[in-house]
Amino acid sequence: MKKYSVFAVAREAMRHHTGWNRAWRDAQPKAKYDVIIIGAGGHGLATAYYLGKNFGITNVAILEKGWLGGGNTGRNTTIIRSNYLQDPSAAIYEKSRSLYETMSQDLNYNVMFSPRGVIMLAQTEHEVRGYKRTAHANALQGVQTEFIDAARVKELCPIMDIDGPSYPVLGGLWQARGGTARHDAVAWGYARACSDMGMDVIQKCEVTGIRQEGGKVVGVSTSRGDIGCDKLGMVVAGHSGHLADMAGFRLPIESVALQALVSEPIKPCMDVVVMANTVHGYLSQSDKGEMVIGGGTDGYNNYTQRGSFHHIEETVRALVETFPMLSRLKMLRQWGGIVDVTGDRSPILSKTPVENIFINCGWGTGGFKAIPGSGWAMAELMAKGRSPLTDAFGLERFTEGRFIDESVAAGVAH
Amino acid sequence: MLTIHCPNCGVTAEETEFHAHGEAHLKRFGPGSSEDDFESYLFMRKNPKGVHFERWRHQYGCGKWFHVARCTTTLEIFGSYSAQTTEPPKEIINHIENRRPDWNATEAPK
Repeated sequence: MKKYSVFAVAREAMRHHTGWNRAWRDAQPKAKYDVIIIGAGGHGLATAYYLGKNFGITNVAILEKGWLGGGNTGRNTTIIRSNYLQDPSAAIYEKSRSLYETMSQDLNYNVMFSPRGVIMLAQTEHEVRGYKRTAHANALQGVQTEFIDAARVKELCPIMDIDGPSYPVLGGLWQARGGTARHDAVAWGYARACSDMGMDVIQKCEVTGIRQEGGKVVGVSTSRGDIGCDKLGMVVAGHSGHLADMAGFRLPIESVALQALVSEPIKPCMDVVVMANTVHGYLSQSDKGEMVIGGGTDGYNNYTQRGSFHHIEETVRALVETFPMLSRLKMLRQWGGIVDVTGDRSPILSKTPVENIFINCGWGTGGFKAIPGSGWAMAELMAKGRSPLTDAFGLERFTEGRFIDESVAAGVAH
Repeated sequence: MLTIHCPNCGVTAEETEFHAHGEAHLKRFGPGSSEDDFESYLFMRKNPKGVHFERWRHQYGCGKWFHVARCTTTLEIFGSYSAQTTEPPKEIINHIENRRPDWNATEAPK
């Protein structure tokens, strides 16, 4: 792999950029691998990367039915934060956020991590109490957040109208080291690093069956033939239930569409990320100048990667009150992704009823921020059989009633 | 946007008038059941890619509950039927079989 650097750019500039290579190999499937990861999105690629980097396991294939990073990795609003209420969540999300800080250097690939700060708006008295509680919990967990008053919110984000009649801003939970990153670059950077370690990233390879012998996984059937493996990781977000069905077990997951949209590009006007959970509106400005708006989920099971129009209308209508300038903007694009939602809104990183199959799913509406931490923890789980970061996120928590309840903590009306 | 028919009041309207409430025909397990059955009743949902039977409520209309058979990959609605039943009526099953010849009718709730 050629190292990307200012010198490489200068050298290539002298010879008409003829020396750049493909960032990752277009691999053909081999007959057998030590580990197969299904799903070449952020979480799958990160899992493979840390298997190689932390545990030296490099005989790995990452299978993708579509194209690399074409699922939710390419469909989110790129928000990164770790201000969760429960200890196990704070641990894995903060691990993730801290890995984002040095990801560009670690991968030698610019993921454009921008720790511009995230405000979660408190627009009801209930949210004020909830976020104060979260700020106290975060202090104990070592996650740097603070509860700020409305005047400080206005100072951080002057384009806001904090006196709106329906949704006044009463304060906010501020995480100064939260922010955004370039979502595609995260997938591309991991893919390049994985390929460099000798792993095969295989696109357009859909898994059609899970082969088992004596309650143990021995491989997968795919649209490009059978491939053997010793261990299998399922990291496919919205399609987790579908894959689990192939392997013969069920998951406490429902798949729904979550959508987002962007406006036409405008001059820089907002240098923080604002999340308005009460109205399901999430807003930031991309480096291109587009206002990136995340909306709410549709209320019913869905695999279509489209969202309902009335949800866009709802989100934008509510946001316009707090951000009056948005009313003049034209919207450029809208898209949807299929998110995998669990009952307690916490992820599942777990062994499964089939030996040597591991599953990483249930990140629901907030998976992008968790990519590096999730990969780190999943790699440890797959290599060693357990990880302190995943202990609380096992499938057995639904039998035992030991939930990691982030649905109430998020303060979002689900 | 879905167009849904309410079998209770006979109104056909677009989806904002209704609210979805997840999988229909769940079999209840309570005290005395096994842990697996109880967990399954509480959390394990079919979440199929394809034909799905689900509960809806005519939230901003008559307020009553009913069931809908719908495809989760195309959003096609096969039909609505009364909630006062433990399994989908024959005409709904027949209609789904016509529209989805490769669908296995034994997967329908019993």
